[in-house]
Amino acid sequence: MAKPALARLSPFNVTSLALGLAFLYLPIVVLVIYSFNASRLVTVWGGWSLRWYFEFFNDAAMLSAAAMSLRVGAVSATAATILGTFAAVALTRADNFRGRTLFSGMLYAPLVMPEVITGLSLLLLFVAVDAERGFWTVTIAHTTLTMCFVAVVVQSRLGSLDRSLEEAAMDLGCDPLRAFVKVTLPLILPSIAAGWMLAFTLSLDDLVIASFTTGPGSTTLPIRIYSEVRLGVKPEVNAICTLIIGLLAVVIIAASLASKLSSRQGESAAPL
Amino acid sequence: MSGRRLFSVPARRASVAPFLWMLLFFLLPFGFVLKISLSHTAIAQPPYLPVFDPTQGMAAIKTAVAALSLENFRLLASDHIYILSYLRSVVVALTSTAILLAVGYPIAYGMSRLPARWQPLAMILVIVPFWTSFLIRVYAWINILQHDGILNKVLLALHLVSAPVVWLSTDTAMFIGIVYSYLPFMILPLYATLAKMDSALLEAAADLGSSRLATFWLVTFPLSLPGIAAGALLCFIPIVGEFVIPDLLAGSDSPMIGQTLWLEFFTNRDWPVASAIAVVLLVLLLAPLLVYERMQRRQLEGRR
Repeated sequence: MAKPALARLSPFNVTSLALGLAFLYLPIVVLVIYSFNASRLVTVWGGWSLRWYFEFFNDAAMLSAAAMSLRVGAVSATAATILGTFAAVALTRADNFRGRTLFSGMLYAPLVMPEVITGLSLLLLFVAVDAERGFWTVTIAHTTLTMCFVAVVVQSRLGSLDRSLEEAAMDLGCDPLRAFVKVTLPLILPSIAAGWMLAFTLSLDDLVIASFTTGPGSTTLPIRIYSEVRLGVKPEVNAICTLIIGLLAVVIIAASLASKLSSRQGESAAPL
Repeated sequence: MSGRRLFSVPARRASVAPFLWMLLFFLLPFGFVLKISLSHTAIAQPPYLPVFDPTQGMAAIKTAVAALSLENFRLLASDHIYILSYLRSVVVALTSTAILLAVGYPIAYGMSRLPARWQPLAMILVIVPFWTSFLIRVYAWINILQHDGILNKVLLALHLVSAPVVWLSTDTAMFIGIVYSYLPFMILPLYATLAKMDSALLEAAADLGSSRLATFWLVTFPLSLPGIAAGALLCFIPIVGEFVIPDLLAGSDSPMIGQTLWLEFFTNRDWPVASAIAVVLLVLLLAPLLVYERMQRRQLEGRR
């Protein structure tokens, strides 16, 4: 079938897309290339080298900050995924319940709320109840922020799911819980995985909220990088950033493979 | 009996844990911000007075309420530093949002015109940089914009400038950083509305003799208004409170309100004033947030 003339790509469309993608990717490409620069000056090219990667792996403070960030990310992403999935189920499957407006308001507000406000308010809570600030306060703060993103991701998948599958399972004698676990959960698993990854990367990324809620001895990687960057550009930071980008690339590729695999399983199961 | 109602009860129960979590760690903390914004600054640990002591029961509440003061808000209203910070934040956020719209719209439009099987790929390509750390993306621009950075090198090599231009620590650098960081937040809602649009409407306009430009202006653009509003609010609100980008890329002469809050809190250790700044900022942002929420609900109802 011939496409309507207006839906075709015009040279204008192609140019704006190409320029847009170039704008999005060039800075990152530049950063990755310069992370392999042998020169101490970030802007002078001194040939290819892994020097700054070795430098990072010998930097105890950086490494412990990285370990802290990975631990906070893993724990908070897991908690956020569980809570966020529950929230998404409640938002899409429960009919109007009391406090629903408040509930959805609380879930959407953190998505746009300036981070300085969220960070400050959580810190004041922790100070008021005299909680010792460190790993757990940062983890709780990150869980609060990221569960909202998980809820949105899972909710969009749940919303587009065919409800008749759940209803069929219940007509065949499943109680709602079993219908959810046996039918719905496998279908939304890819978006739950995507939600976990998003929560993990957001936690790994967060500077402002972590700065407010952390205590002495619990520095996360962004806080550490930020203090380095404020003192001037250091080539070691390029190397760390490249490692983070690499890690995220691996996670994203793994997740997309997993979701492709699960959708293929879904197709082969369909005829049964 | 419909399955829908059967499902509703366990689904409602699923809301208990996230509901309590958000009450405890999102809503309740604002109460503390409000309370401390009404407290006195003190050289103490924590640095504000009076400290609420729940073991004293009702008496504690009475003393706490009696000691509340509006001095911090009076300070905000009387000191030019704060007023200018708020103004600058709003101006920067409005300008950035306008630039984001101008940059993001053609990209989202191009995406929505791609063949259907390429669209998911284009969407992933737009999202991926958003997943690669915010701080890294701002930092990447320092590499490019600094005095002997790539941008100046390219401009010098092309003989477009005769001497290196100062990019870093200027408002230009800050706007580049903001537009770069928030672009996906603008593109995605725009793309969502543009991709949903019924192409029959465009064909009808073409059949009736409308030129491409007229069709865009009379059909596509009005239909994409919900996406424009959503994208604008998604960008505007967090940019008002932005701290990292202006701190790393802009000059230091006039801070945005997020920076002022940070300074009061971490450098001056004036927690009550920092809280008061947050309260005013929150009230300032509540209006666009409520508009956004109402619009979303209307959109949801329209879809049903």
